[in-house]
This record gives sequence, C-alpha cells and structure tokens, in this order.
Amino acid sequence: MAVGLLAGRAGRLALLLVGVAVACFALMELSPVDPIDAYVGAEVTRIGPEQRALIAERFGLDEPPLVRFGLWAGRLLRGDLGTSTIYNAPVIGVIAQRFVASLALLATAWALSGLLGFGLGILAAVKRGSPVDRAIRWWAYTLASAPTFWVALLLLTTFSVTLGWTPVCCATPVGIDPADATLWQRLHHLLLPAATLSLVGIAPITLHTREQAIEILRSDFVTFARAQGEHGRGLVRHRLLRNVAVPALLLQFASLSELFGGAVLAEAVFNYPGLGQSTVQAGLRGDVPLLLGIALFTTLFVFAGNTLGDVVHGIVDPRVGSLHRGARP
Amino acid sequence: MTAVGETLGRRPGSPPRAGAAKSLGLTDRRARTLVQIGLGVAALVAMVIAGTMLAPAAELTDLTARRQPPSLAHPFGTDWLGRDMLARTLVGLRLSLAVGTLAASVSAVVALLLAAAAGALGRRVDAGVSWLVDLFLAVPHLVLLILIAFAAGRGAAGVIIAVAVTHWPSLTRLLRGEARRVAASDYVAASQRLGRSGWWVARRHLLRHLVPQFTVGLVLLFPHAILHEAALSFLGLGLSPHAPAIGIILSDAMRYLSAGAWWLAVLPGVALLAVVKAVDMVGENLRALLDPRSVHE
Repeated sequence: MAVGLLAGRAGRLALLLVGVAVACFALMELSPVDPIDAYVGAEVTRIGPEQRALIAERFGLDEPPLVRFGLWAGRLLRGDLGTSTIYNAPVIGVIAQRFVASLALLATAWALSGLLGFGLGILAAVKRGSPVDRAIRWWAYTLASAPTFWVALLLLTTFSVTLGWTPVCCATPVGIDPADATLWQRLHHLLLPAATLSLVGIAPITLHTREQAIEILRSDFVTFARAQGEHGRGLVRHRLLRNVAVPALLLQFASLSELFGGAVLAEAVFNYPGLGQSTVQAGLRGDVPLLLGIALFTTLFVFAGNTLGDVVHGIVDPRVGSLHRGARP
Repeated sequence: MTAVGETLGRRPGSPPRAGAAKSLGLTDRRARTLVQIGLGVAALVAMVIAGTMLAPAAELTDLTARRQPPSLAHPFGTDWLGRDMLARTLVGLRLSLAVGTLAASVSAVVALLLAAAAGALGRRVDAGVSWLVDLFLAVPHLVLLILIAFAAGRGAAGVIIAVAVTHWPSLTRLLRGEARRVAASDYVAASQRLGRSGWWVARRHLLRHLVPQFTVGLVLLFPHAILHEAALSFLGLGLSPHAPAIGIILSDAMRYLSAGAWWLAVLPGVALLAVVKAVDMVGENLRALLDPRSVHE
C-alpha cells in the first residue's frame, strides 16, 4: 500500500512539474522584455547587430519558441537548468547557494512562528472571551492585514536605525569577506529578517489553533473528562494538545508557499542575499533561465512541505498510519 | 476554570459581547453587523473622495519644507521634495483600491465560473478545474506574481494583470465544494431527469446558490489583492516609480530611513493597514449576514 501511495505522489508531482514548466515557459515567451537587452543592460546602445546575433546564438535565442522549449526541456531532464544571465553561472548552482542562505532564515521563522502561534492559539482558546483572548485575536488579525515589507521596515527603523542594536543590511558585516564572518555575526544579521517572517507567520497558525482548540474543548470527550474532575493543565495536556497539534502541524507544513513569499519581501528590505532576493533580481533584470529555475524549485519546495506534512501527520496521529496500511484489525 | 462557565453558560439567545457598538445602544446583533458594514464602507468612500480631491495637492512641492516630521500643518510630515505625505498617502490608497477592485472582481468572476462548471459539467471538468487550482497553488504566490508581471512586461499593466489572474484559486476551491454539494442534491437530479442541460442547471441552480459565498469571497479577496499590488510595486516590479502608489511611497521611504525620516515609512503603512482592516471588517460582517453557517464565534 505504501508503495502505491508513494507512486501516486510521484505521479502527481511529475504532472505538476510538467504543468508548471510548460506554463512558465509560455509566460516567459509572452514577455515583451527582450532577453538580449536585459542581458546587455545599460550598454545596449553600444553593441551592433553582429554582437546581438552572437549573444542570441550563445543562449540559443535564434531558434523558434517550440524548438527552444524542446531544447530547454531536454536539458532540464538531464538536470541542466541553463545559465543565469545576471550571475553568469549555472542556474542550479545559483539556486543551491542562495537557498542555503535563505534556509537559515526560513527554518528559524518556520519553527518560531509555529511554536509561538500554537502557544498563543491554545492560550486564547483556554481563556476564551477574556481580555487575553481578545488581545491575542486583535493582534493576530492586525498582523494578518499588515504588509510583510512594512513590518520589516518598522523593525528596521526601530531596532537598526533608532536603537542601533541590529545591522541595517546584508547577511554578514559590510567590508568583510562573507566566508570570514563568525557564527555570532551571522546570527546577528539574521535576527531582524527572521523576526519579520516569524511575526507575519504567527497570525494564521494562532487563529487556526484557537478555532480547533475551541472545537475540541466543546467536544463530548472533554465534557466527559471534566465531569470526571479533570481540569486546568492536565486537561490541556492530556486532552487538548495532541488533538490540536495535528491540524496545526499540517497547516504549518502547508504554509511554505506563504513563507517563501514573505522571505522574498524580507530579503528585499534587509538586502539579505538569499533566494528571495535572487527572484526579485531575476524579475527586474530579465534573467529568464533563473526565473524558470526558481519557479520549478519553489514548486518542489512547496510540494515537499505538503508531503512532509502528511508523513508527520501519519506519525503523530496513529489513526492515519493504520489507514495507510489498509486498516488491518 | 473560567472557560467552562464561559462555554456552558452562554445560550444561543443570550446577548453577545460588544465593544464600541454596545455603547451606541446596539445590542441587536444584526443591527450591529449592519452598522459595522456601513461604517467600513463610509470610511472607504470618504478616503476615495479625499484622495480624489487631494490629487493636485499631492504633487505640490515645497522646497522650503523638506523632510519635516509630522506637525499640524502636515500630519504625516513631508518628503524630500516637501510634498505633503498625508495627501500622497490618500492618493496612493485610492490607486490601491482601484487596482484591488479590478483584481478582486476579475478573480471572483473566474472563480464563480470555474466552480459552476465543475459542479454542472460532470466529473472530467471537475477534475480539470481541481488540477488547475492545484497548479496555481503549487508555485508560491509571490513567485507567480513576479512571473506574470514579468510576462506582461512589468509596469502598470503587468501588476494589474498579475494581481487579477492569481487570486481565484482559493475561492474556486471553496465555491467548487459548495457547487458539488448542490449538484449532488435531489432537486438538481430532478432537473436533470426533466431534461435540463448542464448549463441550465449551472445558471438556475448553482450560480444562484453560490451568490452569498461569492459576494463575501469577492470582498475578502480585496485585502490580498491590495497587499500584493503594494508588494510588487515595492519590489520595483509593479507601478512606475513616478506613480503615487503606496508601494512606491514605501520603497522611496526606505532610502531615507537611515537619515531618521521614520514617518515616511511608518504612517503610510499604518494607513494601508487601516484600509485593509476596514475592508476585512466589511467582508467578515457581510459573511455574518449572508452566509451565517460559515461563521465561527
């Protein structure tokens, strides 16, 4: 059964990737931005038609669209995503290097927002109707309406400009070779971008957890436990936490798409050299191979999140696991 | 345990908790909902009117009053050209609302049509619609926005198209579930036995049934559309740097942040937040009015 399930997943992923690849390639074809102009940049007036032809030949731009798609897809299947025009390096290498930089940011924010949001949601549900609950709800709704980049700007103004506690930009101190930066320096630079992403990510998980927890507090088995005299922390720990943890985990794993979107904005504000910043640069400077590569890579990233969510769901909730194994008696 | 008394003590008919509305003497829930919708709409309309009237003032430069912190004459301060930031913010928000209206309407109509088709035209179409939704949700939304903005040649057209064509998937998923539920009902089966075509069923049964959720969904798409337009413009992939858009104002503000001009970033952002919250309030109250089943206290 497990093998069949895995095969089904792989099939769905393959179909999705094909869909994304075709759609994105078509989108890039639609773009009126001339790839040669984008590659050459400001020097565009200084090159002649012969040089244009040479550049077109080098990137294979002189072929018709369908042929180019065939060539691109063929190379893609061999694991070659082409060459990024703005970094002048293989797209795969650029994505790998940039993603590792983003990973620290994404992982910190993911874990922090998950834990804090879950805790706040439980607290709000247990104290339902009290000022604590209302404050938490107001806070979550406000954060959900706040633009990510503005939250980043606020933190930057407060902590970097006014208080001077944190650096204004980048992942390592300016003027030092990034390879020489100490762990402490890296963490120091990570602090505000991670705080931005965590703050923004807390809202959905808090509201969702609160709603689920209230539902469970209303259920028959909690009423029964209460009738037996269970209350307070014991009730929360034995009856509530595990039941609410399952949907919360699923939501958190499904939030990778939003998380990456937030990272794009936070990295733009803090000039943090991660994959999000590369996405913006690729869009601004017309780096088609890199844009295509990032679209495919982030599709994989989001899909991996959803799949991991299901796997963890099976581990945390034994009922799901037995279902997958065919529910033997 | 206060939660116990809270849960058990409240009967359905007991008066609800109320904040500001209660002090107005509005204990009736329906009246309160209507008042909140009215207030939200009035605030938004007032803002659009103010934005229209202040459009010329937002362009006025006064080089003798550059980069002034907030004061009575300039509640939001002035920028590096001496322009009044309150006027610029209001004009920017009007632009945001215009883009948001267009984008939310297009997306909501697309969602409605796809959902009705999925409900009325059988399993294959339904599977196709579901796959399309999955495809659009597979790529992170912001990446998709950047791709489409790039494909449409960046600029104003790019951002409007990008925001308009990417906000339908989640609403489609919601409406599709509802449409499938209605499509499985007895009265639809009866209509089909009477020889009605798929489109007739879609028009007469499904679309009408979907109207409340569609209306609420339309309003609640607004905030997303506004925030995404601002984000794209902020990143430099949206409206032109000369357009008086809120994203542009904030990205300009970033350059003057280290000089201590905090008001350039903080106050326009607060105004944007207020608009998003106002639209949200209208949407949530509209949901309570039109689609009471889906409301959780």
